[in-house]
Amino acid sequence: MWTILRKDLLLEFRTREALSALVVLMLLVLLTFTFAFDPAGAREAAPAVLWVTFIFAGLLSVQRTFLLERENGSWYGLLLTPIDRGAIFVAKMLGNLIVLALAQCVLLLLLMLFLQVPLPAAPGSLLIVNVLGLVGFSALATLFAALSVRLRAREMLLPLLVLPLLVPLVICAVEATRIVLAGGDLASTGPWLRVLVTFDVIFTVAGWMLFEQLVQE
Amino acid sequence: MTVRTRLAPIAEHVLPYAATLTMLGALWCVFIYAPDERMQGPVQRIFYFHVNCAWSAFLGFFVAAGASGLFLWRGRPAYDHLAQAGVQVGMLFCTMVLVTGPIWARPIWGTWWTWDPRLTMTVILWTIFAVYLLLRATAHDDPEIARYGAVLALVGVLDIPLIMVSVRLWRGMHPSVISAPEGKGGLEDPRMITTLLVTLAAFLLLVAWLLWRRYETLRLHDEIHNIEDRFTEVAA
Amino acid sequence: MTAACDFAVEADGLSKSFGRTPVLRDVTLRVVRGEALTIFGPNGAGKSTLLRLCATLTRPTGGCLRLFGSDAIGPEVRRRIGVVSHQSFCYPDLTARENLTFFARAYGAAAPEAEAVSWLARVGLADVAHRPLRVLSRGMEQRLALARALLPTPDLVLLDEPWSGLDATAADVLTVLLATAKCEGRTVITVTHDLDRGLAIADRACILHRGQIAWEGAVQHGGDGPDGLGGARAALNDAYRRVTAPVAA
Repeated sequence: MWTILRKDLLLEFRTREALSALVVLMLLVLLTFTFAFDPAGAREAAPAVLWVTFIFAGLLSVQRTFLLERENGSWYGLLLTPIDRGAIFVAKMLGNLIVLALAQCVLLLLLMLFLQVPLPAAPGSLLIVNVLGLVGFSALATLFAALSVRLRAREMLLPLLVLPLLVPLVICAVEATRIVLAGGDLASTGPWLRVLVTFDVIFTVAGWMLFEQLVQE
Repeated sequence: MTVRTRLAPIAEHVLPYAATLTMLGALWCVFIYAPDERMQGPVQRIFYFHVNCAWSAFLGFFVAAGASGLFLWRGRPAYDHLAQAGVQVGMLFCTMVLVTGPIWARPIWGTWWTWDPRLTMTVILWTIFAVYLLLRATAHDDPEIARYGAVLALVGVLDIPLIMVSVRLWRGMHPSVISAPEGKGGLEDPRMITTLLVTLAAFLLLVAWLLWRRYETLRLHDEIHNIEDRFTEVAA
Repeated sequence: MTAACDFAVEADGLSKSFGRTPVLRDVTLRVVRGEALTIFGPNGAGKSTLLRLCATLTRPTGGCLRLFGSDAIGPEVRRRIGVVSHQSFCYPDLTARENLTFFARAYGAAAPEAEAVSWLARVGLADVAHRPLRVLSRGMEQRLALARALLPTPDLVLLDEPWSGLDATAADVLTVLLATAKCEGRTVITVTHDLDRGLAIADRACILHRGQIAWEGAVQHGGDGPDGLGGARAALNDAYRRVTAPVAA
């Protein structure tokens, strides 16, 4: 598992243009939101802007990691190794998680810079909320990217597959972020956080168990 | 296969008549037997269809998820046919919920649409399984599509409780535009309860019959293809 | 050790269809350990699918497949299989060495770095070890693929058109490496169109046609012709014509 993670990160580092492209894309979506909302309105909607931007850019990024695997058939090389398929899922998910976390950090900085969102009183809470959101997103996106990458209409299908399933995550992540940005601490996000944690656990386990079904032919 | 052959005579000869008769009985109950609700008047009568549609939709989706699980485990095409039938029937009733809901809400709540938790959840469910149908339609020639569909149906049903909880929390946070009177559930007359039970039975029979028809259609579709293939093989 | 375990591959009534298209029909095949089998056949005969089944990349839709006497296809079985395809299965953005190190690690090698370096030398890629695969030639890439497949010292080597796109020198390097692998007691199953090269490494040959095994025979080495394969070639050519004739007619 660590082997694959290490390889994925190396691959990500080699093709780091893609990571820069991801960050630029996030910047552009953020700017678009700002123009659409007016800076004041965008500041109001900062948590929503944050997660919507992240989800659309993140989906592209996750899909790319599977497209990289398909080139040259290296995906088959990976499947041939004696590594358990559940472990392949977890490694892929962690790889995506790390890349997305880096991008998310940049996005948060941009948000503070452009929308003058003040640094929250409890930065640790903001971090935890974001990580929890990222875990659930990576799990679902990784699972369905493995599915959609084999289909012809993959660019269209991945968002279609993932977005409705992400609704609970979007609701809870946005609300929890709103509370934390408004100066609340972790305890005040209680119910939202509980749903987020449940979401993460359910879909990480589901992905780990169902991944095998998606990779065999 | 044996389960199918054992069920076939009942499903073919009993279900359609039973469903028709109870449905006629249900219509009589709803329009003649049941009294008007005191606050809402005759509009309330749509409730018997609305609620049963919702339950039928859930039933269809849960059948689909169960069959999908069995399909992934055992790999028999019959389970995949049942899963597809479940989603199709579930979608039919889910759509009817989304149509009957606003019809009721307009005179009672004064608006066609409101982000009531139940309504919101239904619309999300509808999109999840609409994507299922879309996936099966766009990639129907992919040999692995049955397995992909099964994964989606399973994950979709796993998502239901999470959607329920989060949507409820979400609506609890925001002030509701319309203070909704609890129109549902207030069945003060015993005749209303009888009506609900009769309509429920009618809907269950209807769901079972539709499931059977869809399942048989999908199975025969497959069989025709197999025979076709064997013909071309022999011809070649 | 029981008798069943003497076979690397046992296929009984194996069939596979992709959706509605049957690709393999009722294939029954035994490959003894240490044997070299070459499968010939026209395009679309199901050769690659048969190989992918043996590689555990695909599951059969019917019949039963046992590898090394076990029908449970899991990590333990995969560890003993090496596959060379016309695709290299390596990452184009990583260097030759990084690719091999990754796969060595994935197979649980004790010293992945050292193993990668030694294999790069064996397939003659030591000079280009630090260049990304993307800039290497097709022949070099294929040699890397071979190193990738043989590095975990598999008991069963599966080759799908391994000579395709290789020049004569690279093809000869490949043949030599395969001969070594065979001498080391590995089972080698090859799928190819290349009659001469395919026969040269085979103990046994078969022809797959329309998803079924249409002909099977031992390959006599040391007969007529410059390579001692004259007899085998004639027999195979004859059988091939006979098997595929109805289609032409």
